[in-house]
Amino acid sequence: MSLSKDEMAAAVARDIPAGAYVNLGIGQPTLVADHLPDGSGVVLHTENGLLNMGPRPSDEEVDPDLTNAGKQPVTELPGSSYFDSATSFAMMRGGHLDVCVLGAFQVSAGGDIANWHTGAPDAIPAVGGAMDLAIGAKSVFVMMTLFAKDGSSKLVPSCTYPLTGVGCVDRVYTDVATFEITPDGVVVLDTFGTSYDELAERLDVPLSRA
Amino acid sequence: MRVCDTAAEAVDGIEDGSTVLVGGFGMAGMPVQLIDALIDQGATDLTVVSNNAGNGDTGLAALLAKGRVRKVVCSFPRQADSWVFDGLYRDGKVELELVPQGNLAERMRAAGAGIGAFFSPTGVGTPLAEGKETREIDGRTYVLELPIKGDVALIGAHLADRMGNLVYRKTARNFGPVMATAATTTIVQVREVVETGELDPEAIVTPSIYVDRVVAV
Repeated sequence: MSLSKDEMAAAVARDIPAGAYVNLGIGQPTLVADHLPDGSGVVLHTENGLLNMGPRPSDEEVDPDLTNAGKQPVTELPGSSYFDSATSFAMMRGGHLDVCVLGAFQVSAGGDIANWHTGAPDAIPAVGGAMDLAIGAKSVFVMMTLFAKDGSSKLVPSCTYPLTGVGCVDRVYTDVATFEITPDGVVVLDTFGTSYDELAERLDVPLSRA
Repeated sequence: MRVCDTAAEAVDGIEDGSTVLVGGFGMAGMPVQLIDALIDQGATDLTVVSNNAGNGDTGLAALLAKGRVRKVVCSFPRQADSWVFDGLYRDGKVELELVPQGNLAERMRAAGAGIGAFFSPTGVGTPLAEGKETREIDGRTYVLELPIKGDVALIGAHLADRMGNLVYRKTARNFGPVMATAATTTIVQVREVVETGELDPEAIVTPSIYVDRVVAV
């Protein structure tokens, strides 16, 4: 069986080292937080200015001064710290963040990522912190379905959508397979409800086995 | 540094054509009362620098709706509730310069710190670096980014003392401290103005030297 969104998030969470400093991108990657084991010591960073972010509060505890990057209400945990936006992005750019998890429209075999703009003429572009995260974190994990609604693969020889970052993706977690992007090419780490041979047949990207 | 009685007094004198840095990430830290006062004050042909391009119909969205903004410099205009900006942009009534969020913050930090320009790794190889100078340093490619200086900054903080020292609250801090350094005139709305000496000097986030006018709202 292919993985549900929650199962994909759980797969990402299993690969986050204990004690890591991690940024979860807006959208699906935020689900990863629900699957981090108790006592993992993982510290969540949100780029609007908080380390050690906690879960969504109860309705009575919502504080408009305390949100995540998706502008949803969150909480602070013991050991939290607040900082301004320049400091927050210096943490990323400066290579202090261990892992970021991003959604994507496309990832290329060389580790390029496109996730901010479809390039459609009537689309209003918005980038936020995606470009800083893509090039800043020590490990960049992407979480996405492998195939678009039209059946085309989102893991491609080279991205056709406008790029977010060049050669920066390390792993791609999808509903049907997990891939590692290495200097020697794309390695299939795991498959779900499909086989290595089926993937090799269907993707335009050369694959190798783990 | 002046403690103002009203938001109208705080925004007095903002000129047409000004570049206005507007704090806030979504509504957290958004100086809504100062923006409302700016709408009443009437300055137009403004360039607004802010992380977002307005939410709902209040604050920055209201300023945009009045047609006072010529250009928006921001990282994330498109949101579920950004219908005012979306409409103006699609009708060609507002210009957009899209800047990655970290470059946006750092460009203002550079302006406030007297840095002439800096090389950033963010955006290299993407459409947002097109036409910009690049340089390879120690095997990595960087793009040259120029400072963003404001004529005016409008920011929201939690408390000020009568000298203009500021403390913020939680993630409402966001762009406030960096914008306070990057504008000729920094105008701050706070929840309360306390007596000088009441704020712990170790806890002050924005020192008074950066602040020109404060109003409690």
